[in-house]
Amino acid sequence: MGEAIVITSGKGGVGKTTTSANLGTSLALLGKKVCLIDTDIGLRNLDVIMGLENRIIYDLVDVVEGRCKIHQALIKDKHFEDLLYLLPAPQNSDKTVVNEEQMRKLISDLKPDYDYVIIDCPAGIEQGFRNAIAGADKAIIVTTAERPAVRDADRIIGLLEKEEHIEPPQLIINRIRGHLLHEDEEMDIDGVTDFLKIDLIGVIPDDDQVIVAANKKEPIAYNPDNRVSLAYRNIARRILGESVPLTPIGSEPKGFMSKLKKFFSVR
Amino acid sequence: MNKRIQQNVMIKGTKDGFMLHLDDSCSFSELLKELEVKLSANYQFQENDPSISVKVHTGNRYLDEQQEEKIKEVIHKKKKLFVDEMISNVLTKDEAKRWKDENQVTTVTKVIRSGQVFEVPGDLLLIGDVNPDGTVRAGGNIYIMGQLKGIAHAGYKGNNEAIIAASVMKPAQLRIAGQVNLSPDQYTKWGHDLECAFMDEEENIIIEKLQVLKKYRPNLNRLEGGL
Repeated sequence: MGEAIVITSGKGGVGKTTTSANLGTSLALLGKKVCLIDTDIGLRNLDVIMGLENRIIYDLVDVVEGRCKIHQALIKDKHFEDLLYLLPAPQNSDKTVVNEEQMRKLISDLKPDYDYVIIDCPAGIEQGFRNAIAGADKAIIVTTAERPAVRDADRIIGLLEKEEHIEPPQLIINRIRGHLLHEDEEMDIDGVTDFLKIDLIGVIPDDDQVIVAANKKEPIAYNPDNRVSLAYRNIARRILGESVPLTPIGSEPKGFMSKLKKFFSVR
Repeated sequence: MNKRIQQNVMIKGTKDGFMLHLDDSCSFSELLKELEVKLSANYQFQENDPSISVKVHTGNRYLDEQQEEKIKEVIHKKKKLFVDEMISNVLTKDEAKRWKDENQVTTVTKVIRSGQVFEVPGDLLLIGDVNPDGTVRAGGNIYIMGQLKGIAHAGYKGNNEAIIAASVMKPAQLRIAGQVNLSPDQYTKWGHDLECAFMDEEENIIIEKLQVLKKYRPNLNRLEGGL
């Protein structure tokens, strides 16, 4: 029996979908069988990031309304033999066509066949959010280290704490920019965790390669040399229960001499 | 055996005024009738006599609001008398429960997050933070062992004596009874530890170091003794 994990944030644009895609990919790379569900009905993105948008035939609404079987709607990711699947959202409906009961049933139907069911939640706290969390056992909150995003994450955690079927949520801080941390312009990692008071499961650095990867229709997690990819793979290992220490970000000292020293010592 | 007719209404004079003892075993209509008779038989007041306060003691009888009104009405018919207080030995369960709720400290360990409103009838002891956009509300005092960054409303039913104390006092707003205190635009990074808020005589909300509470709210000390 697998676990259903919802990836949520409250605020839009902080990296829920990127995180869902990369965590799903990382878990599959670790040999787990994963099903990704895009619940952002009407504004789907996950299929694009996974590079599967041309292969959508049936979608989530077709499944819950009984127009097709689950396995007909699932799209297999060709990077793997039989590990990574996507259940896409329709682009031409809205979030109210599905209710919580249908989502609970859908996810409980999927869980026996997969190790992890990863649910990509839409922004906001309306029906789409309630659908996304209805069947989840665990929740991962994604936030950036900006006050508006942290405030929304706080609201979401408050809502999730009321849901008794979900374990206490865990936190991913996304798009940490090392240079801003040094200049005291951004809330730092401690500031965010101190504010939200939930367990931190990972910190993702900001990297242009994420956007490049999205345009190449291949999640960054496939690239073994990238630090973002590494961060996602480490989170996947933490989800599996390994204890992987957090890699410090932005902790390198900034002066010219130290850069020079680093240049000689690393290369 | 006492042959004398049962006195349902007894009038006693005290130094603060009259005390009316109403018997609790007779029927209410009997009581009302006798009260009327007793009061009308009394001394006729002069125009310039001072008004006299009357305390009404109803013993073990429970009076609802209408009945209380009726008794007051009868007494007020006498021009110089006014009802100062109605005393009864009994409470309804609801009243007792409310009284208990309003006088107890509710302890909770949680973080009050954005969008959440947490309300208690009595005092609140919160072990945790109040985050921005979160609200705590208490009929009595609010004690926060954590950071207050949201809104705290003490004495929200109109208790001006209520106070708010927090380990870290950086609220968005403080409210005590009907008064609102808006936060400064910027908090200094240090120096908001262990502070309290209370209302002074001019109904301004004052934020001060915790030590001053002893001076302004001595009633907060419920335990006597110690060193």
